[in-house]
Amino acid sequence: MTEFPGATGLVQNEPLLWEQGRKGRCGFSLPRRDVERSTVPEGLAGDGPDFPDLSEVDVVRHYTRLSQWNFSVDTGMYPLGSCTMKYNPKTNERQAAAPGFANAHPLLPAALCQGGLELMAALECLLAEITGMDAVTLQPGAGAHGELTGMLIFHAYYQHRGKPRSKIIVPDTAHGTNPASAALCGYAAVPVASSARGVLAPETVAAVMDEDTAGIMVTNPNTLGLFEENIKAVADIVHARGGLVYGDGANMNAVMGLVNMAEIGIDVLHLNLHKTFSTPHGGGGPGAGPVCVRRHLEPFLPVPRVRMAGGTYELSEDHPLSIGKLQAFWGNMGNLIRAYSYILSLGAENLKRASELAVLNANYIKERLKGTFHLPHDRPCMHECVFSDKLQQAHKVTTLDVAKRLMDYGFHPPTIYFPLVVHGAIMIEPTETESKQTLDLFIETMQAIAAEARETPDSLRQAPTRCKRRRLDETAAARKPCLRG
Amino acid sequence: MRYLPHTPEDIAEMLQAVGAGSFDELFAGIPPECRRSRAMVLPEPLTEWELNRHIDRLAGRMAVAPEYKVFIGAGSYDHHIPATVGFLTSRSEFATSYTPYQPEMSQGTLQAIFEYQTLTARLLGMEVANASMYDGASALAEALLMAVRITRRPKVAVSRSVHPLYRRVVRTYLAPTGIEVREIPFDPQGTTDPAALAGAGDLAAIAVQSPNFFGCIEDLAQFADRAHAAGALCVAGFSEPLAFGVFKSPGRQGADIACGEGQSLGIARSFGGPGLGMFAAKMQFVRNMPGRLVGETVDIEGRRGYVLTLSTREQHIRREKATSNICTNNSLCALTAAVCMASLGGSGMRELAQINYDRTEYLKRRLRAAGVKLPFAAPTFNEFVAAFPPGFAQTHRRLLEKKIVAGLALEPYYPELRDHYLLCATETTPREDLDALVREVQS
Repeated sequence: MTEFPGATGLVQNEPLLWEQGRKGRCGFSLPRRDVERSTVPEGLAGDGPDFPDLSEVDVVRHYTRLSQWNFSVDTGMYPLGSCTMKYNPKTNERQAAAPGFANAHPLLPAALCQGGLELMAALECLLAEITGMDAVTLQPGAGAHGELTGMLIFHAYYQHRGKPRSKIIVPDTAHGTNPASAALCGYAAVPVASSARGVLAPETVAAVMDEDTAGIMVTNPNTLGLFEENIKAVADIVHARGGLVYGDGANMNAVMGLVNMAEIGIDVLHLNLHKTFSTPHGGGGPGAGPVCVRRHLEPFLPVPRVRMAGGTYELSEDHPLSIGKLQAFWGNMGNLIRAYSYILSLGAENLKRASELAVLNANYIKERLKGTFHLPHDRPCMHECVFSDKLQQAHKVTTLDVAKRLMDYGFHPPTIYFPLVVHGAIMIEPTETESKQTLDLFIETMQAIAAEARETPDSLRQAPTRCKRRRLDETAAARKPCLRG
Repeated sequence: MRYLPHTPEDIAEMLQAVGAGSFDELFAGIPPECRRSRAMVLPEPLTEWELNRHIDRLAGRMAVAPEYKVFIGAGSYDHHIPATVGFLTSRSEFATSYTPYQPEMSQGTLQAIFEYQTLTARLLGMEVANASMYDGASALAEALLMAVRITRRPKVAVSRSVHPLYRRVVRTYLAPTGIEVREIPFDPQGTTDPAALAGAGDLAAIAVQSPNFFGCIEDLAQFADRAHAAGALCVAGFSEPLAFGVFKSPGRQGADIACGEGQSLGIARSFGGPGLGMFAAKMQFVRNMPGRLVGETVDIEGRRGYVLTLSTREQHIRREKATSNICTNNSLCALTAAVCMASLGGSGMRELAQINYDRTEYLKRRLRAAGVKLPFAAPTFNEFVAAFPPGFAQTHRRLLEKKIVAGLALEPYYPELRDHYLLCATETTPREDLDALVREVQS
């Protein structure tokens, strides 16, 4: 019998911070007083925050115990579709923590921060080469922030041409952030359905594209894990009506070295450094969402821009058409350093190999599980594949039950109920850093769960039983929100 | 490549299992006209050792302590970061986990964020705080959008003493919305001029930062009263939350939304990012808040646990009708701030803030005694404006050669503040450094 990774171990309980501590403790080495005490003017003085006082040991135990209630990439396989939970190399952490970078003030005079500016300029070049685009901004703090940047560029572009547009085409397979980002720029999202093949049909786009439509937002490969094979025709239709094509680069991990985004007609593309370029997700950020554009949109990129002048790097504000600024400073430098380190560690051949292996891993899972779970689109996939719970419905077992049961076996669940176009979707993205052995174990687990669905369906409905907590009452949480202690 | 585990045998077996003869066949779904026309050209891969050397070379060309004395704050502060903070937040289970959408196996992150929300709400004196935003600037922009959603009014007023880079981010976010941004001037005290608000009827929000960009403490209560009298919201910004260790919190002064930058709570400056957008509001506005929220609930056995909640506000459910397009928080930075706040505790926070206050007051006294003009009379925290004699730029440049960065020139941000510099002192600038600075600026 195969031994699955999921097991119960000794896990410590731990109360909330303010349920412990004693007034007068402190876990911080307070500096020596070397100047006299000054009095805060009356009327302005406050009482200070109502925080518990804890010792250093209290704090260390607290967070160490909490950490042990989490699953993570370093714990095991995280097959979350469209999230690209690949391994986060440890050397990247070392590089981001280099004191020269970690301790640098963002407003240093240019002459005193040449190393940081050089790294930013170099990373922009690397990302331009990988995507095939012409110019890059590193400023956006996350993928959705990159999308907003892209939409602001669309908006500024049409404003500059004196012909604002009011709509944008968003396929039904898109991430929810796409329409939300477009809405912030006043664009009404025009949904278009994907074809029976799971991709955009040029005629569907042609039917809605007009001179009041700013363009289209396309994720390619899309969230069904399929390459948008008509992308060039779609881009031609949009361009012919004066529109722009936005590429959501969330799934770039499938096509590094294989597809040049400019060549397939993309005008603006955001990247998620925390997906494709291995920076850690941190339990939900910080990410980094650089935006790459074609030459004609470069004047609209956020400022400041890094440039070389007279042999030194500087931050230039001299871009009158720029959309402005997305964050106070230059971007999430810590993650830029990590992504830069990743790209330099791999080089061109290994980046391409990473994409090839990501696609091989996804296809391997798809082929081996396609009898066990319903596969709506049975053809070669890219870096992820989408199953559904159709075959399990007879036993009154849902996608959610399958996902929760996976936890007991020691795997993180896949992305579930997304994309919306597949009912009960189970979206699996293994990434290239999972070995064949791990994939085999995952496949075997999914098969075991499918067997349980037939034979002992209650074991799924009751799952998980081995985590720190069992299923939580999300309805109660939303009905009577308790958001602080 | 050590991150890619596949052996040639693995690849052969797997290709066979999927029915592809080669990688090329595997990509049959990509039409030939969509294939890249030429291979990527990137530098040859580096070994780990070579990478260390390369990064150290670049990092070596950055001016940082202890070699340099940098007396700049302006939204990014040098504070002591306990060893525990880095040690705990770099634990793999925190750093390499995903957004806690599966709460049963993410209770660590969820409880930590619930605690972060609580500590943030307590620090700011507010009823509810979210799980964090990107940074202080984008948090302010989101706060103004939120105020517009709540009041359905088309105009916001933002003080000119708000961080100039935050105001630029606000303008960028608001440009396509048609929302008008009115800037309120500051008075000779260095604080927002209330007279300039007279007759402002249809405002959604009045946004004031305290301590403001000049380090000056604003009379927030006055602006909250004015806002409320006009049916607007009072948005209180900040870039140095340590100030609330000794000064009144925004909540106590009537702010409806408090938002700002949390970098000074244990987060490395890291050349400007990532930071931490702290965001809090009155409970009555919670359903209009942007960003994630963690809430308390129970599991099926009745045990206390935590989940992401009120997600019907969010983009993955509401799509274009969401309160924001934000799909992430700066979770690891929020955790960092929580570890830092927990380490300080209430007593430590008060004491650390007091020491920061004392050091700055000391520097102000010394500079005044040396004949340097401090134009703004309002009380300050951590930083303040000094007006040096004309031509100080040359002295500033000369001091750079002596590895002293004597403050931030304000003229690029405020053309009228020629020869004015923003200086900053914290617990990491001991008296001897402050004395040296005073000596050098006179030379």
